[in-house]
Amino acid sequence: MNLLTLFLSATLINNIILAKFIGMCPFMGVSTRVKSAVGMGLAVIFVIFGASVLSWLLYQFVLAPLGLDYMKLICFILLIAAFVQFTEMFIKKNSPSLYKSLGIYLPLITTNCAVLHVALDNVAQGYNFIETCVNSIAVPVGFMLMLVIFATIRERLEGNDVPAAFEGNPIAFIIAAIMALAFTALNGLV
Amino acid sequence: MSENKEKKLGFGSQLIIENPVFGLYLGICSTLAISTNINNAIGMGIAVTIVLILSNILVSSVRNITPDDIHIPVYIVIIATLVTIVEMTMQAFTPDLYGALGEFIALIVVNCIILGRAEAYASLNPVGASAKDGLMMGISYTVSLFVMSLIRQILGTGVLSLSNPLTGAEIFAVRLIPESFVLSFMTTQTGAFLTFAVLAAACAAYKNKVTADDKGGK
Repeated sequence: MNLLTLFLSATLINNIILAKFIGMCPFMGVSTRVKSAVGMGLAVIFVIFGASVLSWLLYQFVLAPLGLDYMKLICFILLIAAFVQFTEMFIKKNSPSLYKSLGIYLPLITTNCAVLHVALDNVAQGYNFIETCVNSIAVPVGFMLMLVIFATIRERLEGNDVPAAFEGNPIAFIIAAIMALAFTALNGLV
Repeated sequence: MSENKEKKLGFGSQLIIENPVFGLYLGICSTLAISTNINNAIGMGIAVTIVLILSNILVSSVRNITPDDIHIPVYIVIIATLVTIVEMTMQAFTPDLYGALGEFIALIVVNCIILGRAEAYASLNPVGASAKDGLMMGISYTVSLFVMSLIRQILGTGVLSLSNPLTGAEIFAVRLIPESFVLSFMTTQTGAFLTFAVLAAACAAYKNKVTADDKGGK
């Protein structure tokens, strides 16, 4: 498969949030400020890339040769949890200032379904190593793009007069609906 | 005080106010993605309920011997094992449903409702109460999915249908809206977000009203 096509389709057309509804919790939770959205986005890119590539290697060289295909869910989730924990400790030791700004988002990423989704998807689609790397970077880039756009809109919305029942998350879902509608226009791109 | 309030509110009100999906925004990924028809919704609801009850029972029974530092990994392994069992069972007995739900069965592992209940309830309470809590949460989740998929299916396709998950044969199908009047965008992503927004707002409105009544009463 053409790598550029793969990148564009994973970032824009099959966008993980608007087309697949994966990673909704951080999308709603950390999108009230643009600054925290950028921090979360960067953390997610790093963790998804690292954890998915490691999961792919684990699958190809350990699980598949041994016929332990059915263990992949348990192994992947443990690997992700361990990777997140390790990243957290590494950042804490080497860059306390980065840890301060990212710190609270890191543990949250373990339960971000996007990480597990990318790890499982790479294996299910039968990607080779290069395609796995491209897909593992394209998906979180798409995630960050949406998160930042969404946070920008939500910041502007703050002072506006919204009906009481729609305050907070319901109005955010309406915005998401409009964004999804706008992004379906990109369907014919690739 | 809070117990009195819980008793005063019926199960129905509790379902709306403490709804894990529309009230607390837990487990929304799967709710948005698979609520295109009621078959998927019921299947997913039952799968999540089973995992939720069993994980609550297991987490609750090991709560006194789990070291505090590693309790999250322990819970995740328990949940992942249960999900693998449910996934394989569904693949064997309900292949159509398994095909329709696809990856979202595996993603039950990271469904916030399950880890949330393990952490907030089962790790602190005895086995019996935890099992009951799992059942209640599972029912709330299933009802939320069912309501949402009912709206999307009827508005989006105009047909209300139900099929047998074991054989894939249709049990009944009724056309409620003529074909030229259906809003096909309701089955797309946009429809999912819109339906969710309206239902969440309805829950919030009900909650606001109940709190206002409470204040008025005192």
